[in-house]
Amino acid sequence: MVTRYIAGRVLAIVPVLFIVSVVVSLMVHLTPGDPVKVMMGQSGASAEEIEQIRRDLGLDKPLPVQYVRFLQDLATGNLRSIRTHQPVVQQYLELFPNTLQLAVVSLLIATVIGMLLGVVAATHQNSWLDSFSMAVGFLGVSIPNFWLALVLIYVFAVSLNWLPATGAGGPKLLILPAAVLAMEQVALIARLIRANMVEVLQEDYIKTARSKGLQESSVQWGHALRNAMLPTITLMGLNFGYLLSGAIIIETVFARPGIGRLIVEAILNKDFPVVQGAVLLTATVYLLVNLLTDISYSLIDPRIRY
Amino acid sequence: MARATANAVDVIAGTAPGEPAGALTRTEGHRKRRVLRRLARHKSAVIGFGIIVVLIVIALMASFIAPYDPIGLSRNILQPPSGGHLMGTDNLGRDIFSRVVYGTRVSLQMGFIAIAIAATFGTAMGLVAGTYGGFVDTVLMRFVDALMAVPGILLALTVAAVLGTGLHVAMIAVGIAWIPSFARIVRSLVLQVKEMPYIEAARSLGSSDTRLIWRHVLPNAFTPVLVLSSLGVGSAVLIGAALSFLGVGAQPPTAEWGIMLSEGRQFMRSAWWVMAFPGLAITVTVLAANLVGDGLRDALDPRIKL
Repeated sequence: MVTRYIAGRVLAIVPVLFIVSVVVSLMVHLTPGDPVKVMMGQSGASAEEIEQIRRDLGLDKPLPVQYVRFLQDLATGNLRSIRTHQPVVQQYLELFPNTLQLAVVSLLIATVIGMLLGVVAATHQNSWLDSFSMAVGFLGVSIPNFWLALVLIYVFAVSLNWLPATGAGGPKLLILPAAVLAMEQVALIARLIRANMVEVLQEDYIKTARSKGLQESSVQWGHALRNAMLPTITLMGLNFGYLLSGAIIIETVFARPGIGRLIVEAILNKDFPVVQGAVLLTATVYLLVNLLTDISYSLIDPRIRY
Repeated sequence: MARATANAVDVIAGTAPGEPAGALTRTEGHRKRRVLRRLARHKSAVIGFGIIVVLIVIALMASFIAPYDPIGLSRNILQPPSGGHLMGTDNLGRDIFSRVVYGTRVSLQMGFIAIAIAATFGTAMGLVAGTYGGFVDTVLMRFVDALMAVPGILLALTVAAVLGTGLHVAMIAVGIAWIPSFARIVRSLVLQVKEMPYIEAARSLGSSDTRLIWRHVLPNAFTPVLVLSSLGVGSAVLIGAALSFLGVGAQPPTAEWGIMLSEGRQFMRSAWWVMAFPGLAITVTVLAANLVGDGLRDALDPRIKL
């Protein structure tokens, strides 16, 4: 049963990836004007050079041929940046760990703070603590993360000089970016934990635990939280999308190397091959993460089967 | 018969489980008044709504409120806030207060137009997919899945990469990023309504498909679309500002909050006011929009006591 479910979910990804890959490979032709001229920009390439580049990139061939060639180039590492001539896949894989590091650390921070806020809010329902916790979370999704990043840089790096502002490296350089990225997640996690805990706390087995004489803290943390956490796992998978989106901006503001910055710079430079490769790879990763989340959720909760 | 368990559509449409959403027009006026009453009791939503109204007024009356030309240069470079310049001046001597005021126009346009695009196309897709089902449904939903495979801002960035920079492109880009949410909600609503007995009855009386859509499905779709729209406006403003901050959306010398932040960044040390006020403006706007969206959603959820 489980394998059928997994197989079904894996198969469902294939048409989606196909559509994404087709759109990505052919999207250069959606540009108003000539794609090659757009890519070359102001570099003053002659008409001959432009035609040569067009032939090199295979943009004069029929669309299906271009699609196949795009996939081939991607697989063999022949898809190269217009600017640096580096293979896109290689660049992406080199930079991915940086972004992953940022994402994981910020997810951890957000989960810890989010759980605290959520549990506090649920156990003191409708008190000022509840409102406060939820308000903090709410503010978190309303503040623009690039502004918060700049404000934190100003406070901690410029004024107080406690932390370095830009670049990559050790843990010190990770704190500010991870904190900003975590802020957006905190609201979602806190809200979800609160909603689930409130439901769970009203369940019968909680009353049983209490009447057994268990300490309140054991009831809350042991029984209630464990069950309330189930949907949070799914949320972590969905959060990955937000993490990626956030990472794009955060990496740019903090000048951290990573795929976010790679993509932004490629877009500003009209480096289409890099954009194509990076978007397709990112979409693949995202789909896989969602798939894993779905599968793990169905394994944890036997009631979820299709 | 429809299953009598509350699902997501019930929550958003504000119906009790099993109750056809909005089929009986006699009670519809009654329900709208009830919703408005509940909304009025939601203090934070009222505050948010008030802020939005003020912002709209500011946007409309910008030329009367702003004391200076927003793109007018002067020699008063990087002046701190004072009587003559309420929010100080930037590195080109432009009055920041005037630029923030005019920026309200740009950001509100972004929020409303992007969501209008998303709502229109998303609803249309959801309606068609849900009503006709089968192959059409599968194809459309695969496209929607493909759109969702690329996380939020990355999708907007990619569209901007292809279509070029500029405010109008950014509006389209953000709109496209939000289409999946509308499409899915409307489709699930259509599927739910299709199971209702009165649809069978209408069809057996000879109603055509289009007539069924217009008379029964669309009125029901209004509520969830409205909730999603109000939740989406805040997000659209945020993403729009982020795009401009990255250099991909509105372009200088337009007075737009995101651009003001990216331009003001280099003067962080000497002139904190260049960064502070645009960021605050974005936060207040997004916060207000989110408050209204949340309030609307709570007011329409019959399970929440207000």
